[in-house]
Amino acid sequence: MLIFEQSRSGRVAAGQVPGKSEVSGIPAELQRKSRPTLPEVSEMQVVRHYTRLSQQNFSIDTQFYPLGSCTMKYNPRICNTLALLPGLAGRHPYAPDSSGQGLLACMYDLQEILKEVTGMRSVSLSPAAGAQGEFAGVAMIRAYHESRGDGGRSEIIVPDAAHGTNPATAVMCGYKVKEIPTKDDGDIDIEALKAAVGPQTAGIMLTNPSTVGVFERKIQEISQIVHEAGGLLYYDGANLNAILGKVRPGDMGFDVIHMNLHKTFSTPHGGGGPGAGPVGVSERLLPFLPIPMVAKEGDHFRWLTEKDCPQTIGRLSAYSGNIGVLLRAYVYARLLGREGMERVAEYATLNANYMMVQLKKAGFDIAYPERRATHEFILTLKRQAKEQNATAMDFAKRLLDYGFHAPTTYFPLLVPECFLIEPTETEAKSELDGFIEAMTKIKHEAEQDVDQLKGAPYSLPSRRLDDVRAARELDLTWKEIEENA
Amino acid sequence: MSDIPANLKYTKSHEWIELLDDGTVKIGITDHAQELLGDMVFVEVPEVGSAVSVGEECAVVESVKAASDVYSPVTGEVVAVNEELADSPDLVNHHPYGDGWIMQVKLTEEGELEELMDADAYGAAVAEEEH
Repeated sequence: MLIFEQSRSGRVAAGQVPGKSEVSGIPAELQRKSRPTLPEVSEMQVVRHYTRLSQQNFSIDTQFYPLGSCTMKYNPRICNTLALLPGLAGRHPYAPDSSGQGLLACMYDLQEILKEVTGMRSVSLSPAAGAQGEFAGVAMIRAYHESRGDGGRSEIIVPDAAHGTNPATAVMCGYKVKEIPTKDDGDIDIEALKAAVGPQTAGIMLTNPSTVGVFERKIQEISQIVHEAGGLLYYDGANLNAILGKVRPGDMGFDVIHMNLHKTFSTPHGGGGPGAGPVGVSERLLPFLPIPMVAKEGDHFRWLTEKDCPQTIGRLSAYSGNIGVLLRAYVYARLLGREGMERVAEYATLNANYMMVQLKKAGFDIAYPERRATHEFILTLKRQAKEQNATAMDFAKRLLDYGFHAPTTYFPLLVPECFLIEPTETEAKSELDGFIEAMTKIKHEAEQDVDQLKGAPYSLPSRRLDDVRAARELDLTWKEIEENA
Repeated sequence: MSDIPANLKYTKSHEWIELLDDGTVKIGITDHAQELLGDMVFVEVPEVGSAVSVGEECAVVESVKAASDVYSPVTGEVVAVNEELADSPDLVNHHPYGDGWIMQVKLTEEGELEELMDADAYGAAVAEEEH
């Protein structure tokens, strides 16, 4: 029930009503005459309503959440606590640099840490989300070619296993997308790449490890082929968790990378933001980085502007990006340190490989059985769909009944009845075992009585949702019904 | 096994083509394609009068799982599109070869029809893909 539906005329939460305030400076004709139509409810109703809603959430704070390629890891509370220190949280974005040296020092350190861990020459923290980081990255590729008078490059190459954001970003930046296939072993088809590159190639966008959960073994050859054709290499940082502190995109030959701090660096996920998608670049893209960035001059830190960086692609957000999110990532990185970051990659891949082997033993089909998993791996439930009509969606819904958030389903698209599982390093073995046990039980249920499975979930506030209606008749706005109007 | 009518031609990217008596062709996506994509929520059709070329994107089908491009199997001019799909994209799921058609094209390159697969070849391609 919506809180609006609980409204009764005249009911009020007296203790919460704001005092009457005098408005000054707003012309009378622009001031509202009637009260806003907010729900009229008691304080206790509000408390119960929102407490109940919060209890209906599936979240990383309540459940194992092995959503592949999303790196749903635990967000340490200390990161939140320190980011909320009054000296940081209370600082006005227009306050002069001289009064915010502590904050600027943190941001400068974060730039340096991200530079070091990715092997890039410089980092800008300002993009306000992963998608904006991608936009910044491809916009820099464009600026680079244009600065050299090389305006004829019109294509970005994207493998068919890529995140959907990659082709979307390329199109957004005015490029045509050239898709290349993935081979049966999960690596890119090198021959297809050789055939695809040419004087029209602006660059290639890659995720490594890729979305099929394997490390691209020919990455240096790919780098050479694209560079020789005059194109640049873009690294999508979605799967950075697998290689953190172990291998660096800069050393693989990438020219630009965006990082999703909400994944690898454990800042809070989702809810529509705020996010942070810093970008790192190689030597040739240095002049084009988005501003502002923090510079260190002697003992003094300051924000760089257009004056310092005349070739910058510009500002992407108000002020300096989402500082609160960046601070959380900074604390997380400092807590881990160099050795801690390596352990992140080690345990993330160990957990994924443990689950992959155990699920294989339990009778599930692995999509790339001859490959070692990275931090994630793919099951294909094609056989279950064919033999019992038990689809990946049915397994996903039933997992909710067992107290686990479903893995990513039906992505990447090239694996049928796809289950992309990423446990992350923050889960204990007992939790992984619980998930494996639930999957084994569901497999058994599918073999015994698939109709029962088709009805799942049974224990949640809502049963099976109507995906088609949700997409076609999306209605997010409360409208007062006729008789109350 | 999905339905593959013998009287149609096919592409590797799962479009079907029907040669009509007036020399134009009708185009849609195959039963196998709609099965893979799942329940349709939106179909974007090209504009009547627009030019399409072989192998280029000409329409978009969006399901609960994914949005996918439809590639034109031929070169020519779009002479009609299925307006019904705007309100009932599920026609693609229920009648992929009938009421779920996407567009009708007047060919400019007759020879392109020779390049397309017949039902047997398409059936073999689908079986290979499922392997």
